[in-house]
Amino acid sequence: MLYCKSSIMNPIVLESVQLSRALDGPNGRKSLLSDISFRLERGQVLVVLGPSGAGKSTLLRLLNRLDEPTGGQVLLDGRNYLEIDPRELRRRVGMVMQRAYLFPGTAAMNIGYGPAQHGMALTDAQIGELLEQVGMQGYADRNVATLSGGEAQRISIARALANGPEVLLLDEPTSALDDASKQGVERLLATIVRERHATCVWVTHDVAQAARVADLVLRVEAGAAVALGTPQELLHA
Amino acid sequence: MLRLLFHTQLSLGLAQAATVAVTAMIVAWFATRRGAAIGREIPFALLRGLIQILLIGVLLALLLRGPWWTSIPLLLVMIFTAASIVRRRVPELPRAYSLSLLCMCAGAGGVIAFMTLFGIIDPKITMLIPVGSMVIAQNMNIQSLFLNRFLGELRSHRGEIESALALGASPEHAAAPYLRAAFHASLIPATDNLRSLGIVWIPGIMAGMVLSGSSPVYAALYQFVVLAMIFTAGGLSCLTATYLAPRRVFTPYQQLRQLG
Repeated sequence: MLYCKSSIMNPIVLESVQLSRALDGPNGRKSLLSDISFRLERGQVLVVLGPSGAGKSTLLRLLNRLDEPTGGQVLLDGRNYLEIDPRELRRRVGMVMQRAYLFPGTAAMNIGYGPAQHGMALTDAQIGELLEQVGMQGYADRNVATLSGGEAQRISIARALANGPEVLLLDEPTSALDDASKQGVERLLATIVRERHATCVWVTHDVAQAARVADLVLRVEAGAAVALGTPQELLHA
Repeated sequence: MLRLLFHTQLSLGLAQAATVAVTAMIVAWFATRRGAAIGREIPFALLRGLIQILLIGVLLALLLRGPWWTSIPLLLVMIFTAASIVRRRVPELPRAYSLSLLCMCAGAGGVIAFMTLFGIIDPKITMLIPVGSMVIAQNMNIQSLFLNRFLGELRSHRGEIESALALGASPEHAAAPYLRAAFHASLIPATDNLRSLGIVWIPGIMAGMVLSGSSPVYAALYQFVVLAMIFTAGGLSCLTATYLAPRRVFTPYQQLRQLG
């Protein structure tokens, strides 16, 4: 089991203990992810680094319980996440996907979607504040079909933040963007994470990006953790 | 021309069936050459349809002498068989058979029972079986269209659905736009049939009633009744499916299953 020591004594917000997922197929049982363990304190950014098909997105899907683990457990604020209602869990553990996947309608409708699921309506001022955080002031009434890829991803980030998540999962949020948008969205996410002191699991295959944003780095290959440490230990060695 | 060659009703009927089957096979052959994957399906479907309808003809001839209630097991067999055909259209859907069966019982079964109770369908075997079979057959088509379209929508909008789930939406809410799309698409043929009734087509039951001596106006009204029943049964079965289908495509932990 790989654990990284931290010098700051903050409460553990998210802990994964030997988290695994395997599927039964025509050729027997296939492991997609095995024995992934880490602990994240409040405000820490864990970057999950690895090549395509290594199991990075599978890990995020398990943390959000979009897929079911077949082994191990996840603790959110010390509580086994299987005991938490999946809808409440997903509200507390927000996720930004590789593509924006906005719902038809305006930017404001998209941002208000999450809170509306648990009976809350955001005010115009709250929507304006979220738009400002992602650098999209004045876009509340814009039809999302008219947005560029970078703009759409910014709205999807605001949409995830609208739920006020305790943990933010970022699944290669810049990989589908052009270079100019990529840098802007990465800077935006780094700022949001620092300002909100957000606990974050950030999946990428970009080593330079990992070095810029990570407090901890988890290297995965072929569905298994191969190293866990600080960027200095793993990326600059 | 066939009438000149075949003088008995049975031989003429067989010759007519063979002629249209050959025509359909030629069309299927051309369609296969154009890349449509229906090459094997069409000959079997034609042969199966012919055998089944012949058997029903023989069965009807026997049953016509029996009491009215003998039509109930026959209609039930039709519903069970229709549900099994729907299941084959959506093999990737978990427990598709029970879903189709429940939906068709609610749709076709409910409408036939209600309409018979209110005297809209004459409770004679000669009326119950042909009208009931029309309602069940069209209900089967509508149900197949609904489930096929729904699964297609789920597959092509997986990202949007999982985004909605990841934001805390319930499976029913996440799937709602795709249920609506499937509902709308599956009822298009039945709606178009009602719209074009009498202008684009004059359906068989009306022609049959006129041929057997009924008043053309009553035959026209009854044709409308049958089409409205088909629409109602289809709508009811799809409505039932909008409640039941999400439970088949999402896990108890509110995760979208892999569908094919």
